[in-house]
Amino acid sequence: MPDQEPYEPERAIAGTGMGGTMDLGASEAITLEQPPGPDGADPRDKPRSLWSDAWHDLRRNPVFIISALVILFLIVISLWPSLIASGSPLKCDLAKAQEGSQAGHPFGFNGQGCDVYTRTVYGARTSVAVGILATLGVAVLGSVLGGLAGFFGGGGDAILSRITDVFFAIPVVLGGLVLLSVITSNTIWPVIGFIVLLGWPQISRIARGSVITAKQNDYVQAARALGASNSRLLLRHIAPNAVAPVIVVATIALGTYISLEATLSFLGVGLKPPSVSWGIDISSAAPYVRNAPHALLWPSGALAITVLAFIMLGDAVRDALDPKLR
Amino acid sequence: MGRYVVRRLLQMIPVFIGATLLIFLMVNVMGDPIAGLCGDRECDPATAAQLRHEFGLDQPVWQQYATYMGNVFTGDFGTAFNGQPVTELMGTAFPVTIRLTIVAILFEIVVGIILGVVTGLRRGRPVDTGVLLLTLVVISVPTFVTGLLLQLLLGVKWGWIDPAVSSEAAFGELIVPGLVLASVSLAYVTRLTRTSIAENRRSDYVRTAIAKGLPRHRVITRHLLRNSLIPVVTFIGTDIGALMGGAIVTERIFNIHGVGYQLYQGILRQNTQTVVGFVTVLVLVFLVANLVVDLLYAVLDPRIRYA
Repeated sequence: MPDQEPYEPERAIAGTGMGGTMDLGASEAITLEQPPGPDGADPRDKPRSLWSDAWHDLRRNPVFIISALVILFLIVISLWPSLIASGSPLKCDLAKAQEGSQAGHPFGFNGQGCDVYTRTVYGARTSVAVGILATLGVAVLGSVLGGLAGFFGGGGDAILSRITDVFFAIPVVLGGLVLLSVITSNTIWPVIGFIVLLGWPQISRIARGSVITAKQNDYVQAARALGASNSRLLLRHIAPNAVAPVIVVATIALGTYISLEATLSFLGVGLKPPSVSWGIDISSAAPYVRNAPHALLWPSGALAITVLAFIMLGDAVRDALDPKLR
Repeated sequence: MGRYVVRRLLQMIPVFIGATLLIFLMVNVMGDPIAGLCGDRECDPATAAQLRHEFGLDQPVWQQYATYMGNVFTGDFGTAFNGQPVTELMGTAFPVTIRLTIVAILFEIVVGIILGVVTGLRRGRPVDTGVLLLTLVVISVPTFVTGLLLQLLLGVKWGWIDPAVSSEAAFGELIVPGLVLASVSLAYVTRLTRTSIAENRRSDYVRTAIAKGLPRHRVITRHLLRNSLIPVVTFIGTDIGALMGGAIVTERIFNIHGVGYQLYQGILRQNTQTVVGFVTVLVLVFLVANLVVDLLYAVLDPRIRYA
């Protein structure tokens, strides 16, 4: 994947920067006239903000509901894995190595005789934690840098654009191998740090573009003419209108980060045993695949469903936030 | 056009320097390469110092970088610590990975574009929904899982292919690995073509072409496809660099001795010269591919002019 972020989201959500003000629940928010929807929406409809419109769509989208439920389930079992798995993921019995499904052990045992079901349940924590924390880091760093560059322009913007070009030129898995191969710490933090380091340029590019679009709007000019300070312009007028594309790209990226963590662990540089991660389990099951394919299939399936759920959620959010598709 | 190319080439220079410097610094923090050279034993200090001097490791990092880049531009990529010139390693590894990438790109072009056109023309029909779901699944399953599963099914269970690729790595052996390498991009190409076709299908020039009575296949191939492929070409072009750099996983699964294999070994053995050399070439490939794609724009879309 990894460097497989090129979802072309910039293209897909190019229209999201426009639109009226959103009130974000604040009663004192200025309401400007909404431009008429491209589809010539029913004039009797009360004009809704982009967000309430999106929420209205999402609630009725089965794809969103299913993926949100799957994600909710994953979050619950990563917080409290013992709810559905009683044993310890590190309790292994070599005598039972590679044995298939049996009572109390529905997924069988892996090459080291560990219970595949317990390990698969506990593996969710790593993936969900890495995905969510890395996405938060990338989104914050990327949108702050990209947003400031887009707003102020000038030399800083030019330098930032060249820096993002540099990061795009480095293959992600390769960068991960080089940078993480020296790290001995066996926690999720180095992996998260690495993803933030290589992931922010993607978000910063999107944020920069959408801030540039938003700052040309009339209401920003009006606020500037009224004497609003830069920080007020950015926080109150531009940020709420420019954040939608960032949210969309970040949600889709979350799935790819989970897949990246598993890939790095598979290559032996992400997390290492005795940590529990689907990537590690898939990697250690690969040599025994002839005799014990189940030890490979269960964690693979769990990983695929998790990534799928986040990507589908991102897809649904994009459809809801993109007025062009309506 | 000429001025545009020159400007783009000039813009490539800082990116090239930045990317190689970044990798150079990363590799340098990878740890002491001399320690890896002496095996498990501690190095004799005198020998270590001598080796350090021999490889220029006693100089400051920026100077090492400058010397290295100077050598690269005279065609000298340095020597791996086992004494083999890095260019020799490249000579055996790159042809294999280039073959693998060609297979992957062919899959993207042929399968991806055909699926995209078919679904784009039948938007909302069962074929469209089915292919769209399939692409979602392919995007979601990480490449290494796809690779292991195909290896398990086709190689081990059904015996259609050899689970491992021989050292010659002929085109025939690379079909399944190429498909695995291409899989995620293939799904993106399909979706991109589909969106693009579906968008352009409603455009005026297509209506005109139909109205003046052109046969359907001519409208599709000459009018619709040519205009819809512009974003797809961009994607495939930028993907070349990503595929070559991303082949590490695929090459590891199918035991292909290409660029990814050499890089993996280089990183494990802290062989800085090999790693930096290969990455430098990969970055160059990426930059040149991007430039070519930008120039191709003008060929595909005469409305675009470069000043």
